[in-house]
Parts: sequence; C-alpha cells; structure tokens
Amino acid sequence: MPENSSAQAKVATLPSASDNKQQRLRLMIRAAGMLPVLLILCIGFHMLSEGRFFTGQNLGIVLQQAAVNTVLAAGMTFVILTGGIDLSVGSILAAAAMAGLTLSKMPELGALWLPAAVLTGLAFGVVNGALIALLRLPPFIVTLGSLTAVRGLARLMGGDTTVFNPTIPYAFIGNASLPIIPGVLSIPWLSVIALLVIFGSWLILRRTVLGVHIYAVGGNESAARLAGIKVWGVLLFVYGMSGLLAGLGGGMQAARLYAANGLQLGQSYELDAITAVILGGTSFVGGIGSIWGTLVGALIIAVLSNGLILVGVSDIWQYVIKGLVIIGAVALDRYRLQGSART
Amino acid sequence: MSGPILEMRGVSKSFFAIKALQKVDLTVYAGEVHALMGENGAGKSTLMKILSGAYRPDPGGEIRIDGQVVRIEGPMGGRNAGIAIIYQELSLAPNLTVAENIYLGRELSQSGLLARNAMREAVGPILQRLGADFSASTLVADLSMGQRQLVEIARALHARSRILIMDEPTTSLSAGESEKLFALIRQLRSEGLAIIYISHRMDEVYALGDRVTVLRDGRLVGSLDKPEIRADSIVRMMVGRDVSSFYKKDHDPHAKRDRAVLTAVNLGDGHRVKGCSLTVHAGEVVGLAGLIGAGRTELAHLIIGATPKTTGHLELDGERIEIATPRDALDSGIAYLTEDRKALGLFLDMSCADNINLAVIGRDARLGGFLDRDKARARADEAFGALGIRAPNPGVTVGGLSGGNQQKVLLSRLLATAPKVLILDEPTRGVDVGAKSEIYSIIDNLAKAGTAILVISSDLPEILGICDRVLVMREGHLAGELRQSTTSPITQEDIMALATGTEHVDA
Repeated sequence: MPENSSAQAKVATLPSASDNKQQRLRLMIRAAGMLPVLLILCIGFHMLSEGRFFTGQNLGIVLQQAAVNTVLAAGMTFVILTGGIDLSVGSILAAAAMAGLTLSKMPELGALWLPAAVLTGLAFGVVNGALIALLRLPPFIVTLGSLTAVRGLARLMGGDTTVFNPTIPYAFIGNASLPIIPGVLSIPWLSVIALLVIFGSWLILRRTVLGVHIYAVGGNESAARLAGIKVWGVLLFVYGMSGLLAGLGGGMQAARLYAANGLQLGQSYELDAITAVILGGTSFVGGIGSIWGTLVGALIIAVLSNGLILVGVSDIWQYVIKGLVIIGAVALDRYRLQGSART
Repeated sequence: MSGPILEMRGVSKSFFAIKALQKVDLTVYAGEVHALMGENGAGKSTLMKILSGAYRPDPGGEIRIDGQVVRIEGPMGGRNAGIAIIYQELSLAPNLTVAENIYLGRELSQSGLLARNAMREAVGPILQRLGADFSASTLVADLSMGQRQLVEIARALHARSRILIMDEPTTSLSAGESEKLFALIRQLRSEGLAIIYISHRMDEVYALGDRVTVLRDGRLVGSLDKPEIRADSIVRMMVGRDVSSFYKKDHDPHAKRDRAVLTAVNLGDGHRVKGCSLTVHAGEVVGLAGLIGAGRTELAHLIIGATPKTTGHLELDGERIEIATPRDALDSGIAYLTEDRKALGLFLDMSCADNINLAVIGRDARLGGFLDRDKARARADEAFGALGIRAPNPGVTVGGLSGGNQQKVLLSRLLATAPKVLILDEPTRGVDVGAKSEIYSIIDNLAKAGTAILVISSDLPEILGICDRVLVMREGHLAGELRQSTTSPITQEDIMALATGTEHVDA
C-alpha cells in the first residue's frame, strides 16, 4: 500500500522549518509543472525551423490553435478535479455550433446565436451532471453515452448536412485579432476568450467557496458529504460548467469557420482536452491540480502541432511524435514528483 | 539465554536536514515480545521501515541478525533477512483467496500455469497451526479484520520469518478478536519467534510485553524489563514529563443539569439501530460505550443525518428539528467528529487552513461566494494557537501531520462552527499520549463553556475518566445508563456487564 507507507514516512519526520522550506520549493516546482517542457519545445522548434517559430505571426497562429482546446480543457479541469471525466465535450461542441449557426440564419434572432450556443452546451452539461450527481451513475459511462447521443443530435440539427452562414454576426471573434502593438503583435480574439476563461476558472477554483468544495469533493467525497458539502451540487456544477465551456468552444469554432457539420466538427476533441489537463499535472483521481497547468498543457499540444509542421514532419509521424511526447512528459512529471505527497 | 536474534547499534536515518532517528539501539531476543513505544513521530515507523528494507539507514550504524552484520535493502531485503511486518492497515488484496495472498509475489507455478492446488495444500497446515476458522480458498474480502490479520501472520510464517513486527495490530479489531490475537502472539513466542510489538495501548503492553523500548523524538530513551513495566514510568519516558493529571476535570461532573440541549426520541434505521432515546444536557459530557458493532457510530450517523432515519425524531433546545443531511446538522449546531479521520474526515491533500475552515467558509464568504481569506487565515492561526497544533504553518498539507495533530485539525473544523452539541467518535484513536491529554482538556473546557458533548469510545478508562454519565449500547439498543457519583464511581465492569448483557444472565 504505497499511500499507507508514505503517510507513515511523513509521520516519522517531525515537521520543522527546513521541512517547510523544502515543501515550499516542492510546491514551486509543482506549480511550474510542465512550463520548462513547453519552453524547451518552443526553443527547440525555433532552432530546428531556422527561426520561424518565434515570429509574431506564428505565435498568433499557435495561440489561435490552442484557444478552443484551452476552453474545453478548462471545463475538463473542473470535472477531473472532482475525480470525474467528461467524454462528451467534442459532441457537445458540435451540437452547440449547429444550434448557434442555425439560429444565426434567422433574421430577427441572429444576434443571439452565441448565447444560444453556450446555453445549448450548458443544457447538455446539466443533463450529464444530473445523471451523475442525482442518479449516482458513473461519469465515464454517462458521458460515453452522451458522446454518442449528442453526436446524433448534432447531425439531426442540420439534417445531417453542413450549415453555412458567411454573414454570421460577431464573426470577428473567430478570425480577427486584438492589436497589442499595432503591426507587430496582436492576439487573436479566440485566444483572448480562452485567457478570460482560464482567469475566470482560476477565480472560481482558488477564490470562491465553490472552488474549495470542488477540491474537497475530489480529495475525499465521503468526508466532503460529512463536512456538510452538497456533493450533488458540486457535481452538477462541474458537468454544467464543462458543457457550458464546450458550448462556448462550439461558438468559437462556428465563428472561425462560418460553418458547422454535425458529423465532423469536434471529433475526438475530448481526447485533446483530457491530454491538456493531464499534461498540466492534474491528478486523475481528483483533488490535486491547477488551471494554470491546464493552460500550459493546452499550449504544449498546440506548439507540438505547429512546430512539427514548421519543421516539415509528415502528418503520420506527427501523430507518433505527439503521442510519445505526451507519455514522456507525464513520465517525467511522475519522476519529478516522486517522494512528494500522494498523487 | 542465547545471543540476541536482532541487534541494531547506532542506527540513524535522516531525511535531508531532518533527523528521524539518531543512533538508536535495539536488541531483540528469540522468544520474546518486545514492545516498542513512543508518541507519533517518535521514530517507531522509521525504525521498522529500516528493518523491512523500505529505508536505507545512514552510514555508521549496524544491524546484526544472529550476530552477523546484514544489509537490508529493498522490499525483499526484510523478507530475506527473516523479518516480516504486519502493518496497521492491512496489505492484502481482498479480491484474491487466502492462499493467493500468502503466495503473493512468489506464486508457485508449473510450466507457467498457477499451481493453485499446491499453493492451497501448502497453506493449510499453517492456517491450522494458527487456529484459523477459514480455509485457504476463502476470498479475503469475506474475512473479518481479525481473520485478515491471521492471513498476514500466516504469510509471515510461510516466509519462514523469525522476527515479526506488528504495528498497532488491534486498532481495527474487536475485543474478542484482540484476545484471540494475544493468545496467538503468546503461542508464537513460545515457538521461538521474536515479536516486536508497536502499540499505544498500555494494557496491551502489560499483557504481552516482556520488554519495552521507548523512543522519543528519534532517540532511544531506554528499555524496561518485565518487572519494571509500569504505566507511569512508560508515559514519563514517552512524553518526557509526568502526566499525573491525565483525566483532570475542571467542569463539575456532579452538577445538576436540567437544560436538555439534544434529545433523541426512538431513533432507528430499521437495521443496526433500534429505537434509541437519549438526552444530552448543556455542559455535560456523556459517554456512549459498547462493543464494536453495537451500533454506536450508526446512532451518531442517524443523529447528524448521514444515514436516513426510519423511526424517531430529534429535539434541540426543546424544539423538534428535522435533520436530513450533515449540512442540516451543522446548521442547527450539531457537529460530529468521525472515528475514521483519514477516510471520512480530512482532506489529506489540502492545507490545514482549508481543512479547518471548510465548514464555515460559506458563512464567512463575501458576496458572490468569494472567500474571505483574511478571516480564514486568522481562524486557522487561532486554531493553531488554541489547540496547540504542531505544524510549521497552517499552509502545509494535513496529510503530513502526525495522528494527534490531524485530529486537532479536524476538531478545529468542528469548533469553528461553534456547535451546541459535539459528538466525538473515538476522539483519541491513533493519537499519542501527549495529544490525548490535550484533547481531554479541550473536551473539559468545552463542557465548562456549556457545550453538550457525547463521546463514543471503546477505550473504557477514557470513558470513565472524562464522562459524567455513560450510556451503554448493545446490539442496536441502549442497554442502560450509568451515573458518576461521588460515593460509587462507575467501573469498567459495570460497563462491560451492560455491553455484553451479562447482568441478565446473572439475574
């Protein structure tokens, strides 16, 4: 029993001032997490691509590519922190984009398409949450079911065709950028949204009662219940949040493409989102992790995709390399955290 | 007597700058039960881990087995040296059979296939020798805690271990199971095994110990031989001071109390608890005694709404209240300290401060549910001071603290809600002597301040020492009530008679 033995090890060592310093250092390393890996990847690709990585234009592309996955991964972080999983985010994203685009073509309601997409996502998330929180069904099974069912609904919404709207309102959020230094540096609006989502998630997780309750439910659900936490409320919230952010991701995707296809959009996005969360150091068991780690994880995935193209690696090898980097990064993380508290 | 089977000389172990063990000596002979005592954090576990090979000692010390210097390295090291550890929390795989568990890690096989029958047959005689009432093909999941311990011991014997280390083996055993275990330990001793017995329970050490070695703060304090083993001397060695005022009461145990705070009427869950009625008054410490399985914890869970009631209701300050969830209980001022702080109480990965504030952060929060971090910090600092929690600062994770400090953190969470009624379930389980007496004085002070307190405990001296009145449960019923009086104090025999139902047999 590794948990038992590490607990005993800690009992045996009286906490002292130097222990405290050590713990703080460990926390700092933990907080930095995969950041060094991200930086090494960036520098490596910059050198291999003969200086084409660190350009204003390329960084803009990377940020834009990371944006939707960052938003999905933020929602996934909430879910995984409670020890759950949400496999349905890709399907929900597609359904939300379909709902949004369909509405955008109605002349009088068109301007409401984005809230409609977000609310569609929220609705599916709440259904997931209700099944998990109130009926006590396992999250993996519930969201595996909705992965399939919602995908079907997404196809149904467009009559199994692609819905186009070249004049969709607020199209700027999909393709325009917010200029920071005119002509040199600008940040895509998609990335601005993603960063706002990350900041909002941090605020909820670290500065509100709800955030503490999310960590508590993930850390020890029985203790949370006895401590007076409404566990069902927390679970309903995290799955609702994950659905809502998947809906937002659907809106972002629709604005970027001016189109959505219920069959193809968002296929296997849930895997990228889960990967970002895991790369970010969030424990799969729940209770440990941070939203900043998730941001770094999402950026690693985007940098890998972008960098491998810049370097000219073939599409097939990109898959192989990405997979190996993910396994390697997590292995490195485990090694680094060995000897620290339970993971 | 022949030479010692195990000799440790000047063994030290440090983790970075922390010295967990400093030049400790330990000598153990075959055919003796050697009790190892010390507060949590004294270094007992570290010492045992060195013997099992989990830790490598610092250079300089020496370990001899049968006079030969040995190096114990890696998890197999201890086993190869003939040392077996039976852990506090058992390390069996519940989904496997007894035989499979005993052979775990070195299964017998014939041309790559498991030799199940051979394994079963080899285990049989060992189980017989231990007087086990289950067979080698039983699933471990179907065994009681006591029976599982037998499996662990069988595993040790099967590995031909000659030194058996038992770390608090009775923590999860009932009184009957403990008695059986003691008989078995005596049998193994007479067969020539050396047994190192770690325990906080003084009565066990009297009953079993041939010698006692006491550690404090990673150093050897000394060893006592059988005739010198006395409670006061051991406690003095463990804590480094006299603990004569162990159960000191400042509140008046005999005061006449008429303000009922909590009244339970005919509470039942249709299963483990059958129609229990009780009253706890302001400023009163009521003990709830009974055998393990009598339904005490289940009754507490009914009171706080952790499990649904099928019969009965609760009154608080004379008014009927509805409690359906633990949240309702906290909101009405009833706080419950769980008997299993790791599984049901604490969030081990969260900081002490978060753990302490958890029940009240909602109440403290600013508009929109934002945390009031200044208030939380102040509350944690206050709890650290008031309860004497020994940790570097409230920001460290609670999982790294000793049992006593963890318990104080959990208690602080309850006290932060300023409860009218406090239900404490085994408040000093797995807690060292020093912290124990501190927890007693906290209970005493709360009673003096008017809190109504219900203490569930299997530790009879504790119940007698701190309670004003004792309720005894048997098989889901309240079997009786005992009152402390100046002329005839309650005795352990009174409680046991009610708990086991023997007074009916006599009558």
